Amino acid sequence: MPLIEAKNIEVRHGATRAVFGVSLALEPSEIVTIVGPNGSGKSTLLRAMIGAIAPTKGTITKRADLRIGYVPQTLHIDTALPMTVRRFLNLPVRVGTGAMRAALAKTGVETIENQQLSGLSGGQLQRVLLARAILNDPHVLVLDEPTQGLDQPASAAFYRLIESLRDDLGCAVLMVSHELHVVMSATDRVICLNGHICCEGTPDVVTAAPAYRELFGSGTGGALALYRHDHNHDHDHDHHHHHDHEHPA
Amino acid sequence: MTFLDDFMARAILAAVGTASACGTLGCFVVWRRMAYFGDATAHAAILGVALALLFSVSIPLGVLIVAVAMALLVGSLSGSTITPDSLLGVLSHSALALGLVSVSLMPSARVDLDAYLFGDILVVSSFDLGVIWGGAIVVCAILAWRWQALLSGILSSDLAYAAGLNPKRDRMLLMILVAAVVAVSIKVVGALLITAMLIIPAAAARLIARGPEAMAGYATLIGVIAAIGGLYAARALGTPAGPSIICGAAALFCIASVIGKLRA
Repeated sequence: MPLIEAKNIEVRHGATRAVFGVSLALEPSEIVTIVGPNGSGKSTLLRAMIGAIAPTKGTITKRADLRIGYVPQTLHIDTALPMTVRRFLNLPVRVGTGAMRAALAKTGVETIENQQLSGLSGGQLQRVLLARAILNDPHVLVLDEPTQGLDQPASAAFYRLIESLRDDLGCAVLMVSHELHVVMSATDRVICLNGHICCEGTPDVVTAAPAYRELFGSGTGGALALYRHDHNHDHDHDHHHHHDHEHPA
Repeated sequence: MTFLDDFMARAILAAVGTASACGTLGCFVVWRRMAYFGDATAHAAILGVALALLFSVSIPLGVLIVAVAMALLVGSLSGSTITPDSLLGVLSHSALALGLVSVSLMPSARVDLDAYLFGDILVVSSFDLGVIWGGAIVVCAILAWRWQALLSGILSSDLAYAAGLNPKRDRMLLMILVAAVVAVSIKVVGALLITAMLIIPAAAARLIARGPEAMAGYATLIGVIAAIGGLYAARALGTPAGPSIICGAAALFCIASVIGKLRA
């Protein structure tokens, strides 16, 4: 049984349809990445999946007692609210000092527990958000462009961290990213979104799909090869003209 | 009850009760940027006074009903095409004007408008004290009960939704609590100064606090000190009590900002 399943959902922002006709099932311990151009409804879909917005059509079913660890695009830190890292990790559920330190250590920011959130760098804040997301031992990590504002080595390190956390915790990962070349190597399934799902499948299938090429051009294909460490050197993409609306196994 | 018969003792009890209710809730007003909403509710309270007199119900009840109606109105109208601050501007001044017009239509002997605009703490009754302390305890208990959820929703409503909370409902709860505090404190500081009692202690506390709980504690302490100091100053100098309390809070704000600067 999937952890979260969206069936034929539509989400509107006022009069515009941000997302329509989307069906998506997230299975335990798989990593699913949603890619798509700006304004393609990626964040909207993600926010619908966690229950922050209600779909105007269709249904979203979550497994009973599903624990979600959510990492937002960024956290707008309002200086009106004083908040240390330690206090932040104790929201909304209070956890022990040991669990808090372990989570900070896992994400590589163990020394900052007494700092104010507003004083953190972008990279530190993303790691704190990730630490908070893994604190409740989630069934699924949901990340919305978690590396915005990080430079390329930092975001590559961040995605490696997510992959290792997945292996550690055995949780599923659902994330939005536009850094295709960085993300794809650590992804089981890619969903290419432009309001509706244009194509989906393994990274190989999607990058070869004409719908994907149309959205992103062929330039990213070249960049992708650098980061994917392809072992079979199969660059003959003519064999895969998938335009696949089914869920691969 | 000889102690409660002493008007100064009653005034101090009333002021301390009001300051306690305003301290923690004021932090949420600062965090959630609800200052203008507090003003609007306080202005609506004057309409509540007029309606209470018209229908012969108790004044705190009349104020509470109108203030809660204001909260529900703001909650249901926001999110449409008009921006929240314009909406509050329309509702706030309309309610105040409507209240002033209604009061002017009453037989003049029945209404001392100044008492509701600026507060009249020196004539609080034992019943008023009961309302103030009852209200303060209920407000603080609800805030303590929803504390973790409220803080989560303020930090990020998406984080709260992902954790299975309902930040929209919690926002509504805060608005209703502000309405309740306005209703219980109108007698002490008056409609025009209630927002000051919510904002100034919390803002002062922000300058010296490193965490939300500390900020709520400092805000309550600052409010209580301002209330007691302001009352004694008012008695010594013959100045109006409500504004004297606010002046005390403003002075503490200045001290807090100096302490904050020295620490930084």
